[in-house]
Amino acid sequence: MATLVIAEHDNSSLKAGVTNTVAAAHKLGGDIHVLVAGSGCAGAATAAAAVAGVSKVLVADAAHYAGSVAENLAPLVVGIAKDYSHIMAGATAFGKNLMPRVAALLDVMQISDIVSVDSADTFVRPIYAGNAFATVQSSDAIKIITVRSTGFDAVAATGGNAVIENIAASADAGVSRVVKQELSKSDRPELAAAKRIVSGGRGLGDGDKYRAVLEPLADKLGAALGASRAAVDAGFVPNDYQVGQTGKIVAPELYIAVGISGAIQHLAGMKESKVIVAINKDPDAPIFQVADYGLVGDLFTLVPELTAAI
Amino acid sequence: MKILVPVKRVVDYNVKVRVKADQTGVEIANVKMSMNPFDEIAIEEAVKLKEAGVVTEIIAVSIGVTQCQETLRTALAMGADRAILVETTAEIQPLAVAKLLKAIVANETPQLVILGKQAIDDDSNQTGQMLAALLNWPQATFASKVTIANGEAEVMREIDGGMETVAIKLPAIITTDLRLNTPRYATLPNIMKAKKKQLDIITPESMGVDVTPRLKTLKVVEPAKRKGGIMVPDVATLVEKLRNEAKVI
Ligand SMILES: Cc1cc2nc3c(=O)[nH]c(=O)nc-3n(C[C@H](O)[C@H](O)[C@H](O)COP(=O)(O)OP(=O)(O)OC[C@H]3O[C@@H](n4cnc5c(N)ncnc54)[C@H](O)[C@@H]3O)c2cc1C
Ligand SMILES: Nc1ncnc2c1ncn2[C@@H]1O[C@H](COP(=O)(O)O)[C@@H](O)[C@H]1O
Repeated sequence: MATLVIAEHDNSSLKAGVTNTVAAAHKLGGDIHVLVAGSGCAGAATAAAAVAGVSKVLVADAAHYAGSVAENLAPLVVGIAKDYSHIMAGATAFGKNLMPRVAALLDVMQISDIVSVDSADTFVRPIYAGNAFATVQSSDAIKIITVRSTGFDAVAATGGNAVIENIAASADAGVSRVVKQELSKSDRPELAAAKRIVSGGRGLGDGDKYRAVLEPLADKLGAALGASRAAVDAGFVPNDYQVGQTGKIVAPELYIAVGISGAIQHLAGMKESKVIVAINKDPDAPIFQVADYGLVGDLFTLVPELTAAI
Repeated sequence: MKILVPVKRVVDYNVKVRVKADQTGVEIANVKMSMNPFDEIAIEEAVKLKEAGVVTEIIAVSIGVTQCQETLRTALAMGADRAILVETTAEIQPLAVAKLLKAIVANETPQLVILGKQAIDDDSNQTGQMLAALLNWPQATFASKVTIANGEAEVMREIDGGMETVAIKLPAIITTDLRLNTPRYATLPNIMKAKKKQLDIITPESMGVDVTPRLKTLKVVEPAKRKGGIMVPDVATLVEKLRNEAKVI
């Protein structure tokens, strides 16, 4: 039994969730290999070889892997799939885009977004926006899995010493190309991996106020910034700030929800946080039902006060 | 060109589902059902493309129980031209949905299939990608803007670090994200008109597709309850608690 982890990376380094996916692979026992497919991705391959518990890194380096398009990556994965009992990737935009394509080509059902490994064929995954957890058993010969990173504590990114092996690239499907990428630049920690998150909702009023009120607090805490969908839809912040069922799933040590009502779709993305603080002027807001510490009042006075007090 | 839009009947997004006492699933008897929100967005996008003259016919498809006809009537009232119900009471998992859709695509030869990115009941997020694989078509998932021109779809996608624009050759698969558009409400006259539109009913058996589930649900449980929190009177108390009790700052 061996597990292949598909690495998400930017060619020079691994994305944060990879070490969580490797942690999920660890639960299965057996060998763990990592596939790094990219263009000029030697840096990412070296990083993957250093991840604790990984025995081999397969590298496929080709220009047409640059944009990570599923049409090109899926045949590559399918080509080496027979060597593995399990193939895993993070349940990120990258993994969600690629893995079902791999699964269908292999004629298997993907097991999406697992939060726990019960045995080699049985896994736990949230359904209905995390309002229920299903234990599912797969009868497929090969298990194609996406992993929710908050379900597994990351393994160490260093200390491993895997062999690196180059493999042949698959052909360029030539049916899709990346025209452009607009990635938000920020000096703050990445939302999905942050230890502390300050998150704002519609209550902030507009983008300028969102920044004026929340940035100083996030700066003081060294926190990432997040948002509700309403705040994203209203254009306060870019879409990649969205926390929730259909946004990012986070579980930091501290999550401060400011001016967020606590719709089930939002709670789905943050209720696994260790400590939740809610600041809202409505004492009946549902967010208080999941908050460890609730503070009722006007955020425009309370948040600056909090920033000053830390 | 023709466009196919698969729409799933799901528990309404406002309903907080309850797990059944025997842990076999969630309670859906007497619960409000609606079209999956992402599929409403898919229908809206198809209707917009038709209004723009890019699309000539919109076919809505649903797979499931008899009551999926209501979901299809909603799609027809929003502007779909005709509908197909693949009627079954069996559990149909995404891989089987993709296989059934592939068979329909073979009959209807659409140039584009727009699906929701995820069904909000199973939260699988895989059917569109699987259909793309089975058809060997390109895919653009999590779309927040779609432009069709010169045999290509240019699609802005929501990815983790921001936005990405891809160009894919038609025929192709697109899955919708929330910000693609705001679905219209079906007006009363359109609801009336929809009653007269064509709705064909077929079965998985008649299509020769094996829909045997690959995943068996052993049990369904409620999430662990968070231990009750407290309300704090002021910022000073909050800071004190975060420092000394929770020890997170
Ligand atoms: C299919 C689907 C998927 C969805 N996915 C997501 C998702 O992933 N993430 C997500 O977040 N949402 C999601 N939603 C939307 C969700 O249902 C809610 O609409 C959204 O979370 C509400 O955002 P909000 O709490 O910022 O806004 P509101 O519900 O409008 O709440 C604003 C809050 O701010 C408070 N407030 C206002 N002014 C002040 C003030 N001065 N001081 C203190 N408090 C103040 C108010 O009391 C209120 O509680 C989804 C919806 C659908 C249909
Ligand atoms: N039973 C079904 N009937 C029609 N469309 C479906 C069905 N199941 C899934 N879909 C489509 O596939 C999308 C993704 O679903 P899923 O992969 O289950 O999260 C949905 O938004 C629908 O567009």
